[in-house]
Amino acid sequence: MKILVCVKRVLDPQVKARVKADESGVDLANVKMTMNPFCENALEEALRLREGGIAEEIIVASVGGGKTEETLRHGLAMGADRAIQVVTEDALEPLAIAKVLKQVAEQEGVALVLAGKQAIDDDSNQTAQMLSALLGWSQATYCSEIKIEGDQATVTREVDAGLETIQVKMPAVMSADLRLNEPRYVKLPDVMKAKRKPMDKIELDSLGLDTANRLSTLKVEEPEGRAAGVIVNSVSELVEKLRNEAKVI
Amino acid sequence: MANLVIVEHDNNEVGAATLHAVTAAQQIGGDIDLLVAGENCGPVAEAAAKIAGVSSVKVADDAKFGHHLAENLATLIVEVAPGYSHVLASATTFGKNVMPRASALLDKAQISEIVEVKSPDTFVRPIYAGNALATVQSSDDIKMITVRTIKFEAAADEGGSAGVEPISGGSDTGLSSWVSQAVSDNDQVDLTSAKIVVSGGRGMQSGDNFAMLHSVADKLGAAVGASRAAVDSGFVPNELQVGQTGKVIAPDLYIAVGISGAIQHLAGMKESKVIVAINNDSEAPIFQVADYGLVADLFEAVPELDTAL
Repeated sequence: MKILVCVKRVLDPQVKARVKADESGVDLANVKMTMNPFCENALEEALRLREGGIAEEIIVASVGGGKTEETLRHGLAMGADRAIQVVTEDALEPLAIAKVLKQVAEQEGVALVLAGKQAIDDDSNQTAQMLSALLGWSQATYCSEIKIEGDQATVTREVDAGLETIQVKMPAVMSADLRLNEPRYVKLPDVMKAKRKPMDKIELDSLGLDTANRLSTLKVEEPEGRAAGVIVNSVSELVEKLRNEAKVI
Repeated sequence: MANLVIVEHDNNEVGAATLHAVTAAQQIGGDIDLLVAGENCGPVAEAAAKIAGVSSVKVADDAKFGHHLAENLATLIVEVAPGYSHVLASATTFGKNVMPRASALLDKAQISEIVEVKSPDTFVRPIYAGNALATVQSSDDIKMITVRTIKFEAAADEGGSAGVEPISGGSDTGLSSWVSQAVSDNDQVDLTSAKIVVSGGRGMQSGDNFAMLHSVADKLGAAVGASRAAVDSGFVPNELQVGQTGKVIAPDLYIAVGISGAIQHLAGMKESKVIVAINNDSEAPIFQVADYGLVADLFEAVPELDTAL
Protein backbone atom coordinates (compact mmCIF):
# COMPACT_ATOMS: atom_id res chain seq x y z
CA MET A 1 0.00 0.00 0.00
CA LYS A 2 1.10 3.52 -0.79
CA ILE A 3 0.36 6.30 1.67
CA LEU A 4 0.13 10.00 0.86
CA VAL A 5 0.86 12.28 3.81
CA CYS A 6 -0.22 15.90 3.37
CA VAL A 7 1.82 18.44 5.30
CA LYS A 8 1.73 22.19 5.78
CA ARG A 9 4.43 24.73 6.55
CA VAL A 10 3.29 26.98 9.39
CA LEU A 11 4.54 29.51 11.92
CA ASP A 12 6.35 27.66 14.70
CA PRO A 13 3.81 26.95 17.49
CA GLN A 14 6.13 28.47 20.10
CA VAL A 15 6.21 31.81 18.27
CA LYS A 16 3.46 34.32 18.97
CA ALA A 17 1.75 35.56 15.81
CA ARG A 18 2.14 39.32 15.22
CA VAL A 19 -0.43 41.17 13.20
CA LYS A 20 0.97 43.51 10.52
CA ALA A 21 0.50 47.21 11.13
CA ASP A 22 -1.56 47.60 7.96
CA GLU A 23 -3.94 44.84 9.16
CA SER A 24 -3.40 42.85 5.98
CA GLY A 25 -2.36 39.67 7.77
CA VAL A 26 0.11 38.07 10.14
CA ASP A 27 3.78 38.99 9.75
CA LEU A 28 5.68 35.91 8.57
CA ALA A 29 8.88 37.68 7.53
CA ASN A 30 11.96 36.42 9.38
CA VAL A 31 10.08 34.18 11.80
CA LYS A 32 10.71 30.52 12.49
CA MET A 33 8.55 28.22 10.36
CA THR A 34 8.02 24.54 10.91
CA MET A 35 5.95 21.54 9.86
CA ASN A 36 2.45 21.80 11.36
CA PRO A 37 2.56 19.62 14.51
CA PHE A 38 -0.47 17.53 13.56
CA CYS A 39 1.08 16.84 10.14
CA GLU A 40 4.06 15.38 12.01
CA ASN A 41 1.67 13.05 13.83
CA ALA A 42 0.21 12.01 10.46
CA LEU A 43 3.64 11.33 8.99
CA GLU A 44 4.78 9.45 12.09
CA GLU A 45 1.75 7.17 11.78
CA ALA A 46 2.56 6.48 8.14
CA LEU A 47 6.13 5.58 9.08
CA ARG A 48 4.88 3.16 11.72
CA LEU A 49 2.52 1.56 9.20
CA ARG A 50 5.49 1.05 6.89
CA GLU A 51 7.58 -0.34 9.74
CA GLY A 52 4.68 -2.68 10.57
CA GLY A 53 4.69 -4.02 7.03
CA ILE A 54 1.32 -2.49 6.13
CA ALA A 55 2.66 0.21 3.79
CA GLU A 56 5.47 0.03 1.27
CA GLU A 57 5.89 3.61 0.19
CA ILE A 58 5.25 6.96 1.81
CA ILE A 59 4.88 10.10 -0.26
CA VAL A 60 4.85 13.43 1.52
CA ALA A 61 3.16 16.30 -0.32
CA SER A 62 2.58 19.99 0.23
CA VAL A 63 1.19 22.93 -1.69
CA GLY A 64 3.11 26.19 -1.44
CA GLY A 65 5.89 28.49 -2.48
CA GLY A 66 9.69 28.40 -2.38
CA LYS A 67 10.40 27.43 1.19
CA THR A 68 7.80 24.68 1.27
CA GLU A 69 10.66 22.50 0.08
CA GLU A 70 12.30 22.84 3.54
CA THR A 71 9.22 21.40 5.18
CA LEU A 72 9.12 18.53 2.70
CA ARG A 73 12.83 17.87 3.33
CA HIS A 74 11.99 17.60 7.02
CA GLY A 75 9.37 15.01 6.09
CA LEU A 76 11.96 13.10 4.07
CA ALA A 77 14.36 13.29 7.00
CA MET A 78 11.68 11.83 9.27
CA GLY A 79 11.53 8.92 6.83
CA ALA A 80 9.17 9.54 3.91
CA ASP A 81 10.41 7.94 0.67
CA ARG A 82 9.80 10.86 -1.67
CA ALA A 83 8.17 14.26 -1.83
CA ILE A 84 5.87 16.20 -4.11
CA GLN A 85 5.63 19.97 -4.00
CA VAL A 86 2.76 21.59 -5.85
CA VAL A 87 4.24 24.99 -6.45
CA THR A 88 2.28 28.21 -6.03
CA GLU A 89 2.95 31.50 -4.30
CA ASP A 90 -0.78 32.01 -3.71
CA ALA A 91 -2.32 31.20 -0.35
CA LEU A 92 -4.95 28.66 -1.32
CA GLU A 93 -8.04 27.91 0.74
CA PRO A 94 -8.67 24.38 2.06
CA LEU A 95 -11.15 23.58 -0.74
CA ALA A 96 -8.54 24.39 -3.39
CA ILE A 97 -5.86 22.46 -1.50
CA ALA A 98 -8.21 19.47 -1.37
CA LYS A 99 -8.73 19.65 -5.14
CA VAL A 100 -4.97 19.65 -5.70
CA LEU A 101 -4.34 16.79 -3.29
CA LYS A 102 -7.12 14.75 -4.90
CA GLN A 103 -5.21 14.84 -8.18
CA VAL A 104 -1.99 13.86 -6.44
CA ALA A 105 -3.68 10.99 -4.58
CA GLU A 106 -5.25 9.66 -7.77
CA GLN A 107 -2.12 10.00 -9.88
CA GLU A 108 -0.05 8.20 -7.28
CA GLY A 109 -2.64 5.48 -6.71
CA VAL A 110 -2.45 5.68 -2.93
CA ALA A 111 -4.83 3.70 -0.71
CA LEU A 112 -4.57 5.94 2.33
CA VAL A 113 -4.17 9.65 2.86
CA LEU A 114 -3.03 10.85 6.26
CA ALA A 115 -3.21 14.52 7.26
CA GLY A 116 -3.11 16.60 10.41
CA LYS A 117 -6.53 17.37 11.88
CA GLN A 118 -5.92 21.10 11.79
CA ALA A 119 -3.25 23.55 10.73
CA ILE A 120 -2.30 25.80 13.61
CA ASP A 121 -2.09 28.93 11.45
CA ASP A 122 -5.57 29.37 9.96
CA ASP A 123 -7.21 26.83 12.31
CA SER A 124 -9.65 25.79 9.58
CA ASN A 125 -9.86 22.04 10.30
CA GLN A 126 -11.23 21.31 6.80
CA THR A 127 -8.73 19.88 4.32
CA ALA A 128 -8.86 16.18 5.23
CA GLN A 129 -12.66 16.12 5.27
CA MET A 130 -12.85 17.98 1.95
CA LEU A 131 -10.29 15.71 0.32
CA SER A 132 -12.18 12.65 1.54
CA ALA A 133 -15.39 14.07 0.04
CA LEU A 134 -13.83 14.84 -3.34
CA LEU A 135 -12.23 11.40 -3.56
CA GLY A 136 -15.50 9.75 -2.43
CA TRP A 137 -13.53 7.83 0.18
CA SER A 138 -14.15 6.96 3.81
CA GLN A 139 -13.42 9.67 6.37
CA ALA A 140 -11.89 9.25 9.81
CA THR A 141 -11.05 12.51 11.57
CA TYR A 142 -9.27 13.20 14.89
CA CYS A 143 -7.73 9.72 15.05
CA SER A 144 -6.02 8.57 18.22
CA GLU A 145 -5.63 4.95 17.11
CA ILE A 146 -5.54 3.37 13.64
CA LYS A 147 -5.57 -0.36 12.93
CA ILE A 148 -5.60 -1.45 9.30
CA GLU A 149 -6.53 -5.01 8.38
CA GLY A 150 -6.93 -5.74 4.69
CA ASP A 151 -9.54 -3.47 3.16
CA GLN A 152 -10.90 -2.33 6.53
CA ALA A 153 -9.55 -0.04 9.21
CA THR A 154 -10.69 0.33 12.79
CA VAL A 155 -10.17 3.83 14.02
CA THR A 156 -10.60 5.46 17.41
CA ARG A 157 -11.58 9.10 17.16
CA GLU A 158 -11.23 11.88 19.74
CA VAL A 159 -14.69 13.46 19.97
CA ASP A 160 -16.06 16.05 22.40
CA ALA A 161 -17.74 13.43 24.56
CA GLY A 162 -14.85 10.97 24.70
CA LEU A 163 -13.68 8.32 22.28
CA GLU A 164 -15.62 6.98 19.31
CA THR A 165 -14.59 3.85 17.44
CA ILE A 166 -15.60 3.42 13.81
CA GLN A 167 -14.77 0.98 11.08
CA VAL A 168 -13.97 2.39 7.66
CA LYS A 169 -13.51 0.83 4.25
CA MET A 170 -10.22 1.45 2.50
CA PRO A 171 -9.24 3.59 0.67
CA ALA A 172 -9.66 6.29 3.29
CA VAL A 173 -8.61 9.75 4.37
CA MET A 174 -7.67 10.04 8.04
CA SER A 175 -6.69 13.04 10.13
CA ALA A 176 -4.35 12.78 13.10
CA ASP A 177 -5.01 13.98 16.62
CA LEU A 178 -2.25 14.61 19.11
CA ARG A 179 -2.49 11.33 20.99
CA LEU A 180 -2.08 9.22 17.85
CA ASN A 181 1.66 8.97 18.45
CA GLU A 182 4.80 10.83 19.47
CA PRO A 183 6.65 12.00 16.33
CA ARG A 184 10.27 10.89 16.17
CA TYR A 185 13.20 13.26 16.32
CA VAL A 186 15.23 13.69 13.19
CA LYS A 187 18.92 12.83 13.45
CA LEU A 188 21.66 14.52 11.45
CA PRO A 189 22.41 11.50 9.21
CA ASP A 190 18.68 11.45 8.32
CA VAL A 191 18.89 15.10 7.29
CA MET A 192 21.85 14.30 5.03
CA LYS A 193 20.07 11.29 3.56
CA ALA A 194 16.94 13.37 2.91
CA LYS A 195 18.89 15.64 0.57
CA ARG A 196 19.26 12.77 -1.87
CA LYS A 197 15.64 11.61 -1.80
CA PRO A 198 13.43 12.45 -4.81
CA MET A 199 11.51 15.72 -4.76
CA ASP A 200 9.02 16.28 -7.60
CA LYS A 201 7.79 19.76 -8.32
CA ILE A 202 4.50 20.35 -10.10
CA GLU A 203 3.38 23.83 -11.12
CA LEU A 204 -0.13 24.49 -9.80
CA ASP A 205 -1.18 26.04 -13.11
CA SER A 206 -0.34 22.81 -14.96
CA LEU A 207 -3.11 20.96 -13.10
CA GLY A 208 -5.91 22.97 -14.72
CA LEU A 209 -7.98 23.23 -11.53
CA ASP A 210 -10.32 25.95 -10.28
CA THR A 211 -8.41 27.02 -7.20
CA ALA A 212 -9.76 30.56 -6.96
CA ASN A 213 -10.35 31.78 -3.43
CA ARG A 214 -13.97 32.14 -2.34
CA LEU A 215 -13.20 34.26 0.68
CA SER A 216 -11.50 37.62 0.73
CA THR A 217 -9.78 38.74 3.89
CA LEU A 218 -10.85 42.32 4.57
CA LYS A 219 -8.62 42.77 7.58
CA VAL A 220 -6.69 40.97 10.27
CA GLU A 221 -6.55 42.54 13.72
CA GLU A 222 -5.25 41.77 17.14
CA PRO A 223 -7.90 40.76 19.65
CA GLU A 224 -8.50 43.01 22.62
CA GLY A 225 -6.05 42.25 25.38
CA ARG A 226 -7.05 41.55 28.96
CA ALA A 227 -6.54 44.21 31.60
CA ALA A 228 -3.61 43.53 33.90
CA GLY A 229 -4.46 41.50 36.97
CA VAL A 230 -3.11 41.45 40.48
CA ILE A 231 -0.87 39.06 42.36
CA VAL A 232 -2.38 37.89 45.63
CA ASN A 233 -0.22 36.80 48.52
CA SER A 234 -2.18 33.95 49.98
CA VAL A 235 -4.96 31.46 49.36
CA SER A 236 -7.17 33.28 51.88
CA GLU A 237 -6.70 36.57 50.03
CA LEU A 238 -7.55 34.80 46.75
CA VAL A 239 -10.76 33.33 48.18
CA GLU A 240 -11.72 36.69 49.69
CA LYS A 241 -11.27 38.44 46.32
CA LEU A 242 -13.17 35.78 44.40
CA ARG A 243 -16.05 36.05 46.89
CA ASN A 244 -16.25 39.80 47.45
CA GLU A 245 -14.52 41.52 44.52
CA ALA A 246 -15.12 39.27 41.50
CA LYS A 247 -18.21 37.67 43.09
CA VAL A 248 -17.76 34.46 41.13
CA ILE A 249 -17.89 31.95 43.99
CA MET B 1 -32.15 34.92 2.98
CA ALA B 2 -32.76 31.59 4.58
CA ASN B 3 -30.66 29.72 7.11
CA LEU B 4 -30.39 26.00 7.64
CA VAL B 5 -28.95 24.92 10.99
CA ILE B 6 -27.74 21.32 11.32
CA VAL B 7 -28.91 20.04 14.69
CA GLU B 8 -26.43 18.18 16.85
CA HIS B 9 -28.13 15.54 19.00
CA ASP B 10 -27.99 12.03 20.46
CA ASN B 11 -31.39 10.95 19.05
CA ASN B 12 -32.98 12.04 22.35
CA GLU B 13 -32.01 15.62 23.07
CA VAL B 14 -30.90 18.68 21.13
CA GLY B 15 -27.24 19.37 21.89
CA ALA B 16 -26.71 22.65 23.72
CA ALA B 17 -24.20 23.82 21.11
CA THR B 18 -26.94 23.96 18.45
CA LEU B 19 -28.74 26.73 20.37
CA HIS B 20 -25.70 28.97 19.90
CA ALA B 21 -25.62 28.26 16.17
CA VAL B 22 -29.30 29.28 15.99
CA THR B 23 -28.37 32.64 17.53
CA ALA B 24 -25.71 33.15 14.86
CA ALA B 25 -28.39 32.43 12.23
CA GLN B 26 -30.68 35.00 13.88
CA GLN B 27 -27.92 37.59 13.56
CA ILE B 28 -27.50 36.77 9.87
CA GLY B 29 -31.23 37.33 9.42
CA GLY B 30 -33.98 35.65 7.42
CA ASP B 31 -35.86 32.42 8.05
CA ILE B 32 -34.28 29.69 10.13
CA ASP B 33 -34.95 26.03 9.40
CA LEU B 34 -33.42 23.17 11.31
CA LEU B 35 -32.27 19.82 9.95
CA VAL B 36 -32.52 16.86 12.30
CA ALA B 37 -30.98 13.70 10.87
CA GLY B 38 -30.92 10.63 13.05
CA GLU B 39 -32.59 7.35 13.89
CA ASN B 40 -35.71 7.30 16.07
CA CYS B 41 -35.01 10.96 16.66
CA GLY B 42 -38.64 12.07 17.14
CA PRO B 43 -37.99 13.58 20.58
CA VAL B 44 -35.21 15.73 19.08
CA ALA B 45 -37.52 17.05 16.36
CA GLU B 46 -40.19 17.92 18.95
CA ALA B 47 -37.68 19.76 21.11
CA ALA B 48 -36.14 21.50 18.09
CA ALA B 49 -39.56 22.82 17.04
CA LYS B 50 -39.80 24.69 20.36
CA ILE B 51 -36.58 26.64 19.85
CA ALA B 52 -37.43 30.33 19.59
CA GLY B 53 -37.31 31.86 16.11
CA VAL B 54 -37.34 28.63 14.11
CA SER B 55 -39.64 28.43 11.05
CA SER B 56 -39.55 24.74 10.29
CA VAL B 57 -37.83 21.54 11.33
CA LYS B 58 -36.91 19.01 8.65
CA VAL B 59 -36.54 15.52 10.04
CA ALA B 60 -34.74 12.69 8.25
CA ASP B 61 -35.36 9.69 10.48
CA ASP B 62 -33.41 6.79 9.03
CA ALA B 63 -31.00 4.13 10.29
CA LYS B 64 -28.29 5.42 7.96
CA PHE B 65 -28.13 8.63 10.02
CA GLY B 66 -28.24 6.88 13.40
CA HIS B 67 -24.65 7.56 14.36
CA HIS B 68 -24.17 10.79 12.39
CA LEU B 69 -21.43 9.32 10.21
CA ALA B 70 -20.04 12.13 8.08
CA GLU B 71 -20.22 10.28 4.75
CA ASN B 72 -23.97 9.63 4.94
CA LEU B 73 -24.98 12.86 6.67
CA ALA B 74 -23.07 14.96 4.13
CA THR B 75 -25.10 13.47 1.26
CA LEU B 76 -28.29 14.66 2.96
CA ILE B 77 -26.96 18.15 3.66
CA VAL B 78 -25.93 18.42 0.00
CA GLU B 79 -29.52 17.66 -1.07
CA VAL B 80 -31.15 20.05 1.41
CA ALA B 81 -28.67 22.98 1.23
CA PRO B 82 -29.64 24.43 -2.19
CA GLY B 83 -32.39 26.92 -1.53
CA TYR B 84 -30.62 28.23 1.55
CA SER B 85 -28.21 31.15 1.64
CA HIS B 86 -26.49 29.94 4.81
CA VAL B 87 -25.90 26.50 6.31
CA LEU B 88 -24.64 26.52 9.89
CA ALA B 89 -23.48 24.02 12.47
CA SER B 90 -21.76 24.38 15.81
CA ALA B 91 -17.96 24.15 15.78
CA THR B 92 -17.94 20.96 17.84
CA THR B 93 -16.37 17.69 16.74
CA PHE B 94 -19.78 16.92 15.19
CA GLY B 95 -19.94 20.08 13.07
CA LYS B 96 -16.24 20.16 12.30
CA ASN B 97 -16.40 16.59 11.03
CA VAL B 98 -19.36 16.81 8.66
CA MET B 99 -19.51 20.43 7.45
CA PRO B 100 -16.27 20.49 5.42
CA ARG B 101 -17.33 17.24 3.72
CA ALA B 102 -20.69 18.73 2.74
CA SER B 103 -19.00 21.99 1.69
CA ALA B 104 -16.60 20.24 -0.65
CA LEU B 105 -19.40 18.21 -2.25
CA LEU B 106 -21.24 21.48 -2.85
CA ASP B 107 -18.03 23.13 -4.09
CA LYS B 108 -18.33 25.86 -1.45
CA ALA B 109 -15.73 27.22 0.92
CA GLN B 110 -16.32 26.76 4.63
CA ILE B 111 -15.95 29.61 7.09
CA SER B 112 -14.74 27.94 10.27
CA GLU B 113 -15.56 28.94 13.84
CA ILE B 114 -17.06 32.36 13.31
CA VAL B 115 -17.11 34.59 16.39
CA GLU B 116 -19.05 37.52 14.93
CA VAL B 117 -21.52 38.21 12.12
CA LYS B 118 -20.65 41.54 10.44
CA SER B 119 -23.18 41.21 7.63
CA PRO B 120 -24.81 38.31 5.78
CA ASP B 121 -21.61 37.74 3.80
CA THR B 122 -18.94 39.00 6.20
CA PHE B 123 -17.77 37.24 9.33
CA VAL B 124 -14.99 37.40 11.92
CA ARG B 125 -13.04 34.29 12.77
CA PRO B 126 -10.00 33.69 14.96
CA ILE B 127 -6.75 32.47 13.40
CA TYR B 128 -3.37 31.62 14.93
CA ALA B 129 -4.87 30.28 18.15
CA GLY B 130 -6.91 33.43 18.57
CA ASN B 131 -3.88 35.73 18.42
CA ALA B 132 -5.44 37.37 15.37
CA LEU B 133 -8.98 37.96 14.20
CA ALA B 134 -9.66 37.80 10.47
CA THR B 135 -12.64 39.53 8.90
CA VAL B 136 -13.57 37.53 5.80
CA GLN B 137 -16.13 38.12 3.07
CA SER B 138 -17.60 35.16 1.19
CA SER B 139 -18.45 35.18 -2.50
CA ASP B 140 -20.20 31.78 -2.42
CA ASP B 141 -23.95 31.65 -3.01
CA ILE B 142 -24.30 29.21 -0.12
CA LYS B 143 -22.26 30.15 2.92
CA MET B 144 -21.14 27.10 4.87
CA ILE B 145 -20.37 28.12 8.45
CA THR B 146 -19.35 26.60 11.75
CA VAL B 147 -20.05 28.67 14.85
CA ARG B 148 -17.81 29.09 17.88
CA THR B 149 -20.43 28.66 20.57
CA ILE B 150 -18.91 30.82 23.31
CA LYS B 151 -19.31 33.98 21.23
CA PHE B 152 -23.06 33.60 20.67
CA GLU B 153 -25.66 33.34 23.46
CA ALA B 154 -27.86 30.24 23.46
CA ALA B 155 -31.25 30.72 21.77
CA ALA B 156 -34.24 30.07 24.03
CA ASP B 157 -35.16 26.40 23.89
CA GLU B 158 -38.85 27.14 24.34
CA GLY B 159 -41.38 29.58 23.01
CA GLY B 160 -41.19 28.48 19.39
CA SER B 161 -43.82 26.50 17.51
CA ALA B 162 -42.21 25.47 14.25
CA GLY B 163 -43.77 22.92 11.94
CA VAL B 164 -42.11 19.52 11.73
CA GLU B 165 -41.67 18.16 8.22
CA PRO B 166 -40.46 14.59 7.67
CA ILE B 167 -38.09 14.33 4.71
CA SER B 168 -36.31 11.50 2.98
CA GLY B 169 -33.06 11.64 1.07
CA GLY B 170 -29.36 11.22 1.44
CA SER B 171 -27.68 7.92 0.75
CA ASP B 172 -26.15 5.09 2.67
CA THR B 173 -22.64 5.23 1.31
CA GLY B 174 -21.56 2.09 3.18
CA LEU B 175 -18.14 3.68 3.63
CA SER B 176 -17.97 3.53 7.39
CA SER B 177 -19.81 2.04 10.32
CA TRP B 178 -20.05 2.90 13.97
CA VAL B 179 -18.57 0.45 16.46
CA SER B 180 -18.68 1.94 19.93
CA GLN B 181 -18.33 5.06 22.02
CA ALA B 182 -16.57 5.42 25.34
CA VAL B 183 -18.19 8.37 27.06
CA SER B 184 -16.63 10.15 29.99
CA ASP B 185 -18.06 9.89 33.47
CA ASN B 186 -21.53 11.42 33.29
CA ASP B 187 -21.46 12.45 36.94
CA GLN B 188 -19.00 15.17 36.13
CA VAL B 189 -19.96 18.68 35.16
CA ASP B 190 -19.84 19.34 31.40
CA LEU B 191 -16.68 21.23 30.57
CA THR B 192 -18.11 23.28 27.72
CA SER B 193 -21.09 24.66 29.65
CA ALA B 194 -19.65 24.85 33.19
CA LYS B 195 -19.74 28.22 34.98
CA ILE B 196 -16.52 27.38 36.79
CA VAL B 197 -13.62 25.30 35.48
CA VAL B 198 -10.59 24.09 37.43
CA SER B 199 -7.79 23.05 35.07
CA GLY B 200 -4.49 21.33 35.65
CA GLY B 201 -1.30 21.34 33.63
CA ARG B 202 2.02 19.60 33.51
CA GLY B 203 2.73 20.94 37.01
CA MET B 204 0.20 18.44 38.38
CA GLN B 205 2.90 15.79 37.81
CA SER B 206 0.48 12.84 37.61
CA GLY B 207 -3.07 11.83 36.83
CA ASP B 208 -3.58 10.82 40.46
CA ASN B 209 -2.87 14.36 41.59
CA PHE B 210 -5.92 15.55 39.61
CA ALA B 211 -7.96 14.18 42.55
CA MET B 212 -7.04 17.44 44.33
CA LEU B 213 -8.64 19.43 41.51
CA HIS B 214 -11.73 17.22 41.49
CA SER B 215 -12.19 17.88 45.18
CA VAL B 216 -12.05 21.66 44.67
CA ALA B 217 -14.28 21.35 41.59
CA ASP B 218 -16.91 19.39 43.54
CA LYS B 219 -17.14 22.14 46.14
CA LEU B 220 -17.54 24.82 43.45
CA GLY B 221 -19.87 22.84 41.18
CA ALA B 222 -17.10 23.13 38.64
CA ALA B 223 -15.84 21.04 35.74
CA VAL B 224 -12.26 19.83 35.52
CA GLY B 225 -10.15 20.67 32.49
CA ALA B 226 -6.53 20.25 31.47
CA SER B 227 -3.81 21.72 29.29
CA ARG B 228 -2.45 19.92 26.26
CA ALA B 229 0.74 19.24 28.23
CA ALA B 230 -1.27 17.33 30.84
CA VAL B 231 -3.05 15.36 28.11
CA ASP B 232 0.21 14.68 26.25
CA SER B 233 1.75 13.43 29.48
CA GLY B 234 -1.11 10.96 29.83
CA PHE B 235 -2.44 12.45 33.10
CA VAL B 236 -6.01 12.82 31.80
CA PRO B 237 -8.03 11.95 28.68
CA ASN B 238 -8.13 14.27 25.68
CA GLU B 239 -11.77 15.29 26.17
CA LEU B 240 -10.59 17.43 29.10
CA GLN B 241 -8.22 19.39 26.88
CA VAL B 242 -8.77 23.14 26.79
CA GLY B 243 -6.96 24.97 24.00
CA GLN B 244 -6.53 25.69 20.32
CA THR B 245 -6.98 22.07 19.38
CA GLY B 246 -9.16 21.08 22.30
CA LYS B 247 -12.23 22.77 23.69
CA VAL B 248 -12.68 26.52 23.62
CA ILE B 249 -14.53 27.63 26.74
CA ALA B 250 -15.52 30.86 28.47
CA PRO B 251 -16.67 30.14 32.02
CA ASP B 252 -17.29 32.83 34.64
CA LEU B 253 -14.28 31.57 36.56
CA TYR B 254 -11.28 29.65 35.22
CA ILE B 255 -8.71 28.41 37.72
CA ALA B 256 -5.45 27.36 36.05
CA VAL B 257 -3.32 25.18 38.30
CA GLY B 258 0.24 24.31 37.31
CA ILE B 259 -0.36 25.58 33.78
CA SER B 260 2.39 27.68 32.24
CA GLY B 261 0.10 29.35 29.72
CA ALA B 262 1.31 28.26 26.29
CA ILE B 263 -0.20 30.16 23.35
CA GLN B 264 -2.30 27.19 22.37
CA HIS B 265 -3.77 26.83 25.88
CA LEU B 266 -4.62 30.54 26.18
CA ALA B 267 -6.58 30.19 22.93
CA GLY B 268 -9.03 27.92 24.72
CA MET B 269 -9.68 29.92 27.90
CA LYS B 270 -8.73 33.58 27.58
CA GLU B 271 -12.37 34.62 27.01
CA SER B 272 -13.18 33.48 30.57
CA LYS B 273 -14.64 36.29 32.68
CA VAL B 274 -12.28 35.82 35.62
CA ILE B 275 -9.00 33.92 35.40
CA VAL B 276 -7.03 32.66 38.39
CA ALA B 277 -3.52 31.27 38.00
CA ILE B 278 -1.73 29.21 40.60
CA ASN B 279 1.87 28.47 39.60
CA ASN B 280 5.24 28.38 41.35
CA ASP B 281 6.96 30.13 38.42
CA SER B 282 6.29 33.84 38.70
CA GLU B 283 7.48 34.29 35.10
CA ALA B 284 4.89 31.89 33.65
CA PRO B 285 2.92 33.53 30.80
CA ILE B 286 -0.36 32.47 32.42
CA PHE B 287 0.07 35.37 34.87
CA GLN B 288 -0.19 37.84 31.98
CA VAL B 289 -3.82 36.89 31.39
CA ALA B 290 -4.75 36.16 35.02
CA ASP B 291 -6.97 38.53 36.97
CA TYR B 292 -5.69 36.97 40.16
CA GLY B 293 -2.31 35.31 40.30
CA LEU B 294 -0.93 33.28 43.19
CA VAL B 295 2.75 32.37 43.00
CA ALA B 296 2.85 29.25 45.13
CA ASP B 297 3.54 25.54 45.21
CA LEU B 298 0.28 24.06 43.97
CA PHE B 299 0.67 21.04 46.26
CA GLU B 300 0.32 23.40 49.21
CA ALA B 301 -2.04 25.97 47.70
CA VAL B 302 -4.67 23.60 46.27
CA PRO B 303 -5.32 21.67 49.52
CA GLU B 304 -5.46 25.03 51.33
CA LEU B 305 -7.96 26.31 48.77
CA ASP B 306 -9.98 23.12 49.20
CA THR B 307 -10.17 23.71 52.94
CA ALA B 308 -11.01 27.40 52.55
CA LEU B 309 -14.04 26.77 50.33
